Amino acid sequence: MAKTPAKSTTKSPAKAKKAASPATPVSTPAESVGGPKKVRVHYLTRVEGHGNIVVDVEADGTVSTCRWEVPEAPRFFEAMVVGRDYTDIHHIVSRICGICAIGHQLASLQATEDALNINVSEQTHLLRRLALHGENLQSHLLHIAYLVLPDLMGVDSILPLAATHKDAVLKFIAARRVSNEFSRLICGRTTHPQRMTPGGFTMFPTTEELTSLRTMLLETLPNLDFAVDFFAGIVDRLPQFERETEYVGLVSPAEYAMYWGEIGSSRDERRPVRQYRNISREYMVPTSTAKWTKNLGESYMVGALARFNLNAQHLMPKAKAAAIKLGLIKGCTNPYYITIAQLVECVHTVEESILQVEELLTRGIREEAPARPSSICAGRGVGAVEVPRGILFHFYEYDDNGRIFQADCVIPTNQNHGNIQKDLDALVPQLSGLSEKELELRLSMLVRAYDPCISCSTHCIDARGLDTGARSLVRFNRKK
Amino acid sequence: MAKPKIAFFDFAGCEGDQLQIANLEERLLDILGHVEVVSFREVATGHSDDYDVAFVEGSITRPEDEIRLKEIRKNAKVLVALGACAAIGGINCLKNFLAENVYREEVYGSSARWYPTYAARPLKSVVKVDAEVPGCPIDKVEFARITKELLLGRTPWIADFPVCVECKQAGNVCRYEMGKMCLGIITRAGCKAACVSQGAHCWGCRGLVPGANLDAARIVMDRPGTSRKAIQDLLRFFLGDTGAAL
Repeated sequence: MAKTPAKSTTKSPAKAKKAASPATPVSTPAESVGGPKKVRVHYLTRVEGHGNIVVDVEADGTVSTCRWEVPEAPRFFEAMVVGRDYTDIHHIVSRICGICAIGHQLASLQATEDALNINVSEQTHLLRRLALHGENLQSHLLHIAYLVLPDLMGVDSILPLAATHKDAVLKFIAARRVSNEFSRLICGRTTHPQRMTPGGFTMFPTTEELTSLRTMLLETLPNLDFAVDFFAGIVDRLPQFERETEYVGLVSPAEYAMYWGEIGSSRDERRPVRQYRNISREYMVPTSTAKWTKNLGESYMVGALARFNLNAQHLMPKAKAAAIKLGLIKGCTNPYYITIAQLVECVHTVEESILQVEELLTRGIREEAPARPSSICAGRGVGAVEVPRGILFHFYEYDDNGRIFQADCVIPTNQNHGNIQKDLDALVPQLSGLSEKELELRLSMLVRAYDPCISCSTHCIDARGLDTGARSLVRFNRKK
Repeated sequence: MAKPKIAFFDFAGCEGDQLQIANLEERLLDILGHVEVVSFREVATGHSDDYDVAFVEGSITRPEDEIRLKEIRKNAKVLVALGACAAIGGINCLKNFLAENVYREEVYGSSARWYPTYAARPLKSVVKVDAEVPGCPIDKVEFARITKELLLGRTPWIADFPVCVECKQAGNVCRYEMGKMCLGIITRAGCKAACVSQGAHCWGCRGLVPGANLDAARIVMDRPGTSRKAIQDLLRFFLGDTGAAL
C-alpha cells in the first residue's frame, strides 16, 4: 500500500503576516484508508473550461482507471479565419480566450506581420511588451488568489476568505484592479482589446496615463511583497510530488523571454519559432476534444514553472528574491509549484513593466500610424509568445489578397494535457492509501496547479491526415 | 428574507464574460453580499440545482448541450444570456458559413459520427431566455446594473437605440467621415461606444438594435472603395445568426 508522503504542518511564524488560519492545512498526513476508491470529478471547478478526472483504485491498491478527460465543445477557430482579411484575424482569434485575449492577439499579429512582411516600430514593440505584462499579472493573480488559494486554506472559493482574511483578499483584489487598469491604458481593455492592429496601434496612452500607471505599479510592489510573505507561510501546504518532465518555453540570451525568443527545451536543442511543429507534434486521444503534444519525452510542460526552469537566471532582482523566499529553485519538478512560479512572475512583471513605462515616458509617446505592408502578397508566418499558461503559437498562410488560406494555433494547455495525464498516472499510485475525499482533492489540486485554459485548448480539432478525396473549404496543415 | 440564489454556467465560449464579473473587483464582494451563489464552477467548488437566477455564457454547438441547457431552464426561474455567444450566437457563428459536412469529414474523418457538432446558435434558439447581458465581452458596469434590476424583481432595461447616440455623446468623429465602415448604425447601444472610442470601429457585438434598418445600412456602407465582401465580412463577425450577414 502506498505511503502518504509526510509533510510538516508548521508554518514559519515570522513570515506569515496574518493570524493562524482556521482552515485545515492540506498537507496534514492522512490516515491510510483501505478499500476501493472511486474518483469522479465531473466538470472540475476552479479551472477555465470543462474537464473530468476519472480514477478507480482497487481494494489492493492497483489503479485500474486513471483518465483526464476533456469534453469541452470545439469551436473551430482555425476554420473561422479562413478567407478573412488580415486586418480582422487578431480580432477573431482574440475570442479563443477571455483571459489571455491579449496574448492571442499578439501571437496573431506577429504571425500576420511575419507573413506579410510588416515591420513595426520600437514603440510598438514596447507597448506590446507592456500589454503582455498586464495580461500576465491579471491572469496569474486570478489563478493564485481565486483558483488555487482556496484549496490551501481549506475553503471552496475566495468568498469565505473575504470574511476571514479580508485584508489579504483586498490586497489581491487591489493588485488585480491595477492589472486591469494596466491593460485598459495600453490596449483598450483586458478582454478582446481594440487598440492593436497589424502594424501597430490605433490609440496611445497619454503621458499622464503612463505616469499614473507607473505610480500604480510602484504601489503594487508592497502588495506583492505581502502576497509573497503570505505564500511563503503556507507553501508547505502544497503536496510534495516530483515528476521530472521536459520543460518547453521561449528562451533568449538577454531576458526572461515572454514576448519573443527561440523555442527552448530542458531536453532538446533550441529552435527558431518557425520550426514549432517539430516540437509540438499534436495528436488526438479518444478521451479529449483537445489535442495533446509530445516531443522527446512522453509529454512536456509549458507555463510559469517551465519558464522558470529555463530562464530563472534572467529574472529581475526582486523576483529572484521572491523565488528564494518561496523556496522555488531552478529545476523544480513539482507541478504543484507552478502557482509559486506564477507568483514570482508577478513580481518580475511589475518590476520590468515599471522600467518599460519609464522608457516610454523618457522617449515620449509618438502618435504614429500603424505600419503598412509595402505590398500584399502570399506568405507564411509564425508568431509565438508566452501567455500566462505557456508558449502559444499561431501560424498563418495568406493568399495574394491578404486573406487567410490556412491557419494553425497551438495552445499552451494543449501542450499540457499530456503532461497532466502522465502526472496523474504517476501520482495516483502514490496516493492510493488516502480516503476518496482526500484523493479527489489532491488530484483536483494537481490539475488546477496547471491553470488549464481548457476552452482555449479546444479551439479546434484536427484530422489525422485522412484524405477524404472531397474538395475541402478548409484545410488543416498538419500531417502525421 | 432569504437571499436570491444565483448560478453560473457556460457552454461554447471563451469565459471572458465571467472574467468581467470577477473583474468587478471590490464591487463583486458588495454584490455577493446580496445573493447566495450556489454554483459558479470557474471560481467555486460546490453545486446545487436549487437556484433562482441562472447566468449562462457561451453558444450551443452540439446536441448534448441542448439537454444540459434545458435542465438549467427547468431549474431556474430566470435565465439570463450572458454575453454575445449566449445572447446572439456571437463569433461562434462564423463557422456556420462553412459547409458543415465538408469540414466535419475533413476534421474528424471516419470518426465524424463520434464528435457530433452542429451550427452554433444562441440560447434563445433552444430555450426561452428571460434577459440578456449583451456584448463581447460584457460591460461589467452594465452587468452590475442588470443584476441589481433582476434582484429588485424588474425586467432589466437595455438600450433600444443604436451606438451612434453614445458615439455622439462621447464626441467621437464618425468612422464614415473617416472613410471607414462601422456597424454602430445598426447595433444596440449600452457600451458607451467603447470600441470607436478606443480608435477602432463597431463590430456589432451587442446585436442588432430593435428596428435596425438593414437596407439603409447596406446603402450607407456601399460606397466606392468598399467591396460587398468587406461588408459581408463585417456583418458576419457577430451577426451570423441574423439575416444581416447573408
